[in-house]
Amino acid sequence: MKVALFATCLTDTFFPSTARAVVRLLERLGCSVEFPLDQTCCGQMHFNTGYREHAKPLARKYTDVFQNYDYVVAPSGSCAGMVREIHPTLGTSPPRTFELAEFLVDVLGVTDVGAWFPHRVTYHPTCHSLRMLGVGDKPMALLRAVKGLDLVELPDSTHCCGFGGTFAVKNAETSTAMLADKMRCVLDTGAEVLSAGDNSCLMHIGGGLSRLRAGVRPVHLAEILASTEEDPWRATP
Amino acid sequence: MARNPVTWLGSPTFPKAAHKALADTQLRQNLRKATGTIRARRAAAVAEMTDWEMLRVAGEQIKDDVLARLDTLLVQLEESVTARGGVVHWARDAEEANRIVLDLCRAQNAAEVVKVKSMATAEIGLNEALEAGGVHAIETDLAELIVQLGDDRPSHILVPAIHRNRSEIREIFQRRMGVEVSDEPADLAEAARVYLREKFLTTKVAISGANFAVADTGSIVVLESEGNGRMCLTLPETLITVMGIEKLVPTWQDLEVFLQLLPRSSTAERMNPYTSVWTGVTPGDGPQQFHLVLIDNGRTQTLEDSIGRQALRCIRCSACLNVCPVYERTGGQSYGSVYPGPIGAILTPQLVGDMHDKQAASLPFASSLCGACFEVCPVRIDIPSVLTHLRAEVVEAKGRTAESVAMSAAAWIFASASRYEKAQKAGSLARFLAKDGKITSLPWPGSKWTSSRDVPAPPQESFRTWWRKNRG
Repeated sequence: MKVALFATCLTDTFFPSTARAVVRLLERLGCSVEFPLDQTCCGQMHFNTGYREHAKPLARKYTDVFQNYDYVVAPSGSCAGMVREIHPTLGTSPPRTFELAEFLVDVLGVTDVGAWFPHRVTYHPTCHSLRMLGVGDKPMALLRAVKGLDLVELPDSTHCCGFGGTFAVKNAETSTAMLADKMRCVLDTGAEVLSAGDNSCLMHIGGGLSRLRAGVRPVHLAEILASTEEDPWRATP
Repeated sequence: MARNPVTWLGSPTFPKAAHKALADTQLRQNLRKATGTIRARRAAAVAEMTDWEMLRVAGEQIKDDVLARLDTLLVQLEESVTARGGVVHWARDAEEANRIVLDLCRAQNAAEVVKVKSMATAEIGLNEALEAGGVHAIETDLAELIVQLGDDRPSHILVPAIHRNRSEIREIFQRRMGVEVSDEPADLAEAARVYLREKFLTTKVAISGANFAVADTGSIVVLESEGNGRMCLTLPETLITVMGIEKLVPTWQDLEVFLQLLPRSSTAERMNPYTSVWTGVTPGDGPQQFHLVLIDNGRTQTLEDSIGRQALRCIRCSACLNVCPVYERTGGQSYGSVYPGPIGAILTPQLVGDMHDKQAASLPFASSLCGACFEVCPVRIDIPSVLTHLRAEVVEAKGRTAESVAMSAAAWIFASASRYEKAQKAGSLARFLAKDGKITSLPWPGSKWTSSRDVPAPPQESFRTWWRKNRG
């Protein structure tokens, strides 16, 4: 199966290890992965901040870049949500775009991806995965099948972490108050690793945990699923 | 035109108001407890219903139909109410509505009036207008009474005193009623009961809002939990009801949908405790004079906006407030309006109708767009979509700003993969600002982020660089 990777601008720029993990994982599962180099950004930041007109050409560009692929996979619920739910309101008809967990479970039909990750993990389901895409507990099903992984349920998991794109800057104090409660819930689990399907949320919660020297590491779901006994995940310094 | 009192004069913008509210630990504690409790109860009440999603769709469709036929339905309502002995008044804005109500009170020589909890009268600042005209309005809803006696502002649609705990309420009652009372809920309720009972029996004019008005019969419906509303609606000689023009349903059959949706969404009850319905005037039974004041106050201009108009579907249940992570932390007063929370963030700016108003224009940004509000809304108002729609209006009204210049530049960069890649490479130089793989301090506006969060150091090699080297 030929699959195009939409890395998202954030992951491409700040978290390349996540995109490399998606490639590794999908290839292990028999997909042929392509990364069209003309891709940039889905336009979510512009759209959500009130710059709808600026988002339109980015939505068109997305369709141009990916229109010849049957499947586009993004390691982000919120970027996939932007493409699927918002791009059609901007006058484009985007190609079929999936968030990673959806693609694995719904399209490839797998929950056990043969991963090995011997760590205590808790999972934040992210708002747009839950409410825009309806990803449900697919990420949890994938994590439960990972060998060696000790999955601890996150209290109040469906509550927003306070990121919200430019909200985190425009309403920084309210965002931080939300983050404080999310971090309390994460720390209550005693997990070593906080995972999510979105590097934006992970950057936010992880940024707070790092500031507090909390001793919990953010790791994208793709990196956990890509990890195997033969080639285990290693923390990038 | 006079300013719309839907926002409180002199209120700071949302981030400034939130700054103060977030530091109030008592407020934070009160809200966490109250919203957490009601959230869980609502979820349980809704989970019992196998047809909840169908009910939501029905609620949405009935309200959309009403909004599409508002002109004819309103005329039908006027005819029905008049035929049953009521008098209908039309008010373009708050000022007109307040004048109509004041004149009606004066015609009865009423120095005091009792009130049923009502958002419409709070929206138009009726109590203040009556006071200025020499008529004292007494709130009879327990939470409204707490707000009124505390010289306070409401902070929630359903529970306007949600920001107060029982020891704070005890203090207010002792100070204003001159009674000794414990902080036990039963004792507090008894003190309010004694205080209010005398008012119900001696006051000749009552003022209410309306949850629904049935166009084909002219029946008005009020839902409440305490029975105090029922007292106001039945004991006085004159009843004045102030109602937003969007509160219509076409027929009694449509009411059935909302009498299921509203209680479960607002108080998590299966059935509403006190549902009062009256149709005009009934000789020898209840108020012998009935006036219905229909207010526009920004609704017609809201109706003109094809995306924004869905805010007029709102049935004031408060479910969106109770699930909102922003509301839970900042409280309702930070929104500077009687309509706080997610619905306030979309309704208030539209009723104000001026995106140059800094306070109103700050409200659509008071959301992380998490979507919890849309998920619970009984009439399926897509609040996140309206928020981004209104944000675009604010951006347009503001014109050229530092932000708009930066956004244009970013859009220009994203429009071309080669420009994007160059920017990425230049940006990765920020890794030299990093220590131990993280950046702890950035200049403004990045400082807003780094005030509480580290930024990971950008890696030397982006994913696309890696791809080109290894796969390209």
